[in-house]
Amino acid sequence: MNDIAVEARNAVKTFGQGDHAVRALDDVSVTIRKGEFFTLLGPSGCGKTTLLRLIAGFEMPTGGQILLDGADITDLPPNKRPVNTVFQSYALFPHLTVAENVGFGLEMLNRPKAEVRQTTERMLALVKLEALAGRKTSQLSGGQQQRVALARALAPQPKVLLLDEPLSALDLKLRKEMQTELKRLQHETGITFIFVTHDQEEALTMSDRIGVMSAGKIQQIGSPRDIYTRPVNRFVASFIGESNFLPATIVQGAARLGSGHSLAVEGLTPVDEGRKVTLAVRPEQVRLTAEDEADTIRATVRDLVYFGTDTHCHLMLSDGEEVVARLQSPASGDAGLSEGQIVGLRLAPGAVQVLGD
Amino acid sequence: MSAAEDAVRAANTRNAWALVTPALILLTFAASGPLLIVLVYSFLTPGQYGNVEWIFSLDAWIGILFTKDIFDETYKLADAHLTIFWRSVKLSFLTTVITFAIGFPTAWFIATRPPRSRALWLFLITIPFWTNLLIRTFAINEVIRNEGLLNTFLIWLGVIERPIQIVYTDVAVLIGMAYVYLPLMVLPLFAAIDRFDMRLLEAGYDLYASRWRVLRRVILPIVKPGIVAGSILVFVPSLGAYVTPRVLGGGKNMMIGNFIELQFGQARNWPLGAALSMTLLMIVMVALLFYVRAASKGSNPHG
Ligand SMILES: Nc1ncnc2c1ncn2[C@@H]1O[C@H](COP(=O)(O)OP(=O)(O)OP(=O)(O)O)[C@@H](O)[C@H]1O
Ligand SMILES: [Mg+2]
Repeated sequence: MNDIAVEARNAVKTFGQGDHAVRALDDVSVTIRKGEFFTLLGPSGCGKTTLLRLIAGFEMPTGGQILLDGADITDLPPNKRPVNTVFQSYALFPHLTVAENVGFGLEMLNRPKAEVRQTTERMLALVKLEALAGRKTSQLSGGQQQRVALARALAPQPKVLLLDEPLSALDLKLRKEMQTELKRLQHETGITFIFVTHDQEEALTMSDRIGVMSAGKIQQIGSPRDIYTRPVNRFVASFIGESNFLPATIVQGAARLGSGHSLAVEGLTPVDEGRKVTLAVRPEQVRLTAEDEADTIRATVRDLVYFGTDTHCHLMLSDGEEVVARLQSPASGDAGLSEGQIVGLRLAPGAVQVLGD
Repeated sequence: MSAAEDAVRAANTRNAWALVTPALILLTFAASGPLLIVLVYSFLTPGQYGNVEWIFSLDAWIGILFTKDIFDETYKLADAHLTIFWRSVKLSFLTTVITFAIGFPTAWFIATRPPRSRALWLFLITIPFWTNLLIRTFAINEVIRNEGLLNTFLIWLGVIERPIQIVYTDVAVLIGMAYVYLPLMVLPLFAAIDRFDMRLLEAGYDLYASRWRVLRRVILPIVKPGIVAGSILVFVPSLGAYVTPRVLGGGKNMMIGNFIELQFGQARNWPLGAALSMTLLMIVMVALLFYVRAASKGSNPHG
């Protein structure tokens, strides 16, 4: 059985012409599996909304194809696609009540009145808004409007639900609540969710898989763990979480730093020999020991920044490279370090990633 | 609520009244006063050379619908009057429909232009208001009359052999009124469409509505206040139109306005003219009442 819900094949989208042309999507190919919570993550202007609008049918691709359940839907107008959107602005109909908003899609599909009513009730129960069914949408709070938008998009039971930064207008507490809520809804309905955000934490906690985008291109697709622990390039490594970047040369199957230390790294092939690469290390993977311990890199403490649970220790290697270590703040609140102190720095083999470019 | 707040509120109310007083005085004397005089006149007897004699009579009111047979003194339904009423209501209604049919796409077009060119389009829409109504109406006459621009052009093209008789028909009156009142429809529609959140269109399409259903189920209900305002602004003055039916409709295709003028002029029957004026006012009020009722049914009071 085919388990692919949506597929973009070499999707290209350019806006404008000539000198003013913007390539919002640059040859994007991605497959999204049925029933999966897929997140598009990337900085502002990287083309997330554009990709979503291509799938919804609001924009026509300049090149490439969009497939739904294996069928080419590139030329289908939005009202013929079994795909619904939760808009960032909610876009609720102000002249209709909450229940009428939720029932709108089914009504447009010419479903029998009884079915529209029943489904509307079920959807309102799902988002816990039964009590507000008769209200005008202008009389709702932001969180409630959000739920109406969700119920409205879920009611016609689309094959895919598109969510464009649906939580960005909510305050932090409500946002956390809605994150859990969204996961629950996705679980209960079994519908494929494509979720857009530029909040990496949101992406990491909610998604089955993440597609990291930058400048109209997909940089990496993988599970949150994959993306975090094995970023393929510098952009991904710095956009999701923080990373230290160290230049190195591959010598005899190990990465040699400017300071002369060799680090064991995984996944090298003989052709890599002699290549200049960038290593990425997460700050929480940097361990500090006494300077004279074996197998450590000597570093000088330059600065200590206290963050509550963590303390960030800025270190300088002998070749002038900077490394940040994130240390758990001890109960006493004093890490036992001082500026100017010489320490030993240890990087676990699995913690060091060799980046492409 | 504290005493201080109460005092402030009371002062605000006083100020508000002080501010509306001039308007109230003007309304009383300029609108209600004359109206009262017209009402009184409609219950008097016509004077020999116009004006009125101060003798109470219901003849004017009866005369609106009935004519007294000069031989046997029986009353008969005044067909001619009814025809004029009917034509007035019909032409005004059609004018409203035509201005809406033309005005809605126009207003939509303007509202969806970039803000800078929008001002220019609105300005162009108001150009007809710059010249006197009479001159504008004669200009239309010039276009549609038998030897006018349109007929000459069509004959030159060979589309027709002899001129089409447009002027002095109801069609001419309709063309004239639609032209004259179009801006009154476009402007409130524009204001409503300008406030319309275009993102709702995408929400509509996304939820399986066709273009037609998005128009019917999303756009029209939301811009309804503009449609109501525009329709009232066109229908009411159309009903009382005087210049346009006079110039383009000729003497035969009278509307209420011309008929009233006739009573105050040649017919020298001021009370009948006054009673007709009051009738016109009542038709307008009843029409508005029905219309606003129907329009506000199930719609959002905040627009
Ligand atoms: N209708 C349009 N006309 C011209 N350029 C556009 C249009 N829509 C998007 N763009 C451009 O395409 C690029 C991608 O835009 P897009 O809205 O997809 O970004 P995004 O990833 O959703 O960003 P954000 O996180 O800010 O919402 C941007 O450079 C944007 O300026
Ligand atoms: Mg966006």
